[in-house]
Amino acid sequence: MIEVKNLVRSYGLQPAVRDISFSVQEGEILGFLGPNAAGKSTTMKILAGFLPANSGSATVAGFDVSTQSIEVRKRLGYLPENAPLYPDMTVSDYLKFHARIKGIPSRQITQKVQAALEKCFIVEVKNKLIGKLSKGYRQRVGLAQALIHDPQVLILDEPTVGLDPVAIKETRDLIKSLGGKHTVILSTHILPEVSMTCGRVVIIHKGKVVAEDTPENLTTKLQGVRSIYLEVKNEAPNLLAELSAIQGVNRVSITQAQSYLVETRQDLDLRDELARWVVNKGYGLIELRTEKVSLEDVFVQLTTQESEEELTHA
Amino acid sequence: MHNILAITRKELHHYFSSPIAYALATMFLFINGFVFLMVVYFQQQADMSVVTMNMGVIFLFLCPLISMRLFSEERRTGTMELLMTAPVTETQAVLGKFLGAVGMLAAMLALTFHLPLFLILFGKPDIGPLWSSYLGLLLLGSGYLALGLLASSLAKNQVVAAVTGFGMILFLWLLSASGDIFSPPVTDILKYLSFFEHFGDFTKGVLDTRHLIFYLSFIGYVLYLSVLSIRNRKWR
Repeated sequence: MIEVKNLVRSYGLQPAVRDISFSVQEGEILGFLGPNAAGKSTTMKILAGFLPANSGSATVAGFDVSTQSIEVRKRLGYLPENAPLYPDMTVSDYLKFHARIKGIPSRQITQKVQAALEKCFIVEVKNKLIGKLSKGYRQRVGLAQALIHDPQVLILDEPTVGLDPVAIKETRDLIKSLGGKHTVILSTHILPEVSMTCGRVVIIHKGKVVAEDTPENLTTKLQGVRSIYLEVKNEAPNLLAELSAIQGVNRVSITQAQSYLVETRQDLDLRDELARWVVNKGYGLIELRTEKVSLEDVFVQLTTQESEEELTHA
Repeated sequence: MHNILAITRKELHHYFSSPIAYALATMFLFINGFVFLMVVYFQQQADMSVVTMNMGVIFLFLCPLISMRLFSEERRTGTMELLMTAPVTETQAVLGKFLGAVGMLAAMLALTFHLPLFLILFGKPDIGPLWSSYLGLLLLGSGYLALGLLASSLAKNQVVAAVTGFGMILFLWLLSASGDIFSPPVTDILKYLSFFEHFGDFTKGVLDTRHLIFYLSFIGYVLYLSVLSIRNRKWR
């Protein structure tokens, strides 16, 4: 349904998307995960036909996003970051406007608007001015706008940002219910959201895809690794290098000042040895424990790899 | 066409729900009423040409203020992203917005219809020039609005859009005066490009196709430039 190949886009000299390829099957919900400025929004803008790519290609429902943009846009619902809306319009006037420009025949407009209002739980505010609505309601009006023409593909840029916990749950349930019938790409910082709603995850970092799999697989991939959290009291500038030198240690990363994450093979327990070593050196052992691997760790690990490589080279 | 009208309708909605439009209309009507009173009372003439000329001058200020928000506001608030990811072409967006602004201007002009009506009720004005004056005003104003729309497509800030639009309009208005500095071929070209030169005949009741063609082709060209400007935005 969506095919992205070697997409590249920069703003002036600043590269935003370096080389992104992925594909989404019909009816699938794909989570688009990455830290700030990873290139998530830019990729989504290219797919929605708002920005052209510098090179590479993308097709949505079989239509090329650059040469058949209008055909793509007819089949696509898009919710940009922060849901930009017209504050001086009422919710139903706003949805009517979007129904019109999305080519819904005038006979069906009232019915489609009503359906979108109901789907997004905003029937009670339909006659209110958008400018008077809370952030959560505005976000849902944005979602209603994206859904109004029953698009085959939905692109949602951080749809749950700024919502209260109840609204977040409702929105996630709504997105989940859209899967199967619609193909959805959803970007987020919130990791549990991905494991809750998405069938597959693409993690991007610095404009490149660093991982692509189901949330479960990504977690189990890392399960071959045992992580030990280590915190020391005294300043130890060489500790990172020293820990890395210990036999059996695969990787060491700094999580905070004087906190380290030591990774070893799953079948190797170095806790005892590490503890003795830190105490002997007089660094002052404060805490030492095994870390459970979560999607969050996968995310952190994948998106911090590059900077660590730079660190070890230096 | 369907998309263009949907956007026009939306723009008119924005105008009529914003205080700017009402402030502009009030200013416009007040000054026109004042000029009308002076002309009719002191000159004792059942003639709209002075009032029409005056409206043409007010348009210099009024039109960039009407058009400034068209694209600037959408870009500032980010709604441009939703508009341009709907199945709407750049041309449809430009035409829809332009027609919305022209609709607003036409509404303001319609509010001055009582002035010629007074003349007809209490005097014997020449009817022809009344019609041609309003046609001329609509064409002149549409030309200004097209320039203002181009300025709005270039600037994210409404005030910058208004100032840029005003500068371009004033320059085109003043071209006729500067024309005398140069030798004949240059003078003729400059005068032909001046908005002022093409407006005078309308107030006298002369409908010359040259003027019609000038305004319509000018509007078409400037709107085309606006479409290019919107398209070009994507690449920044």
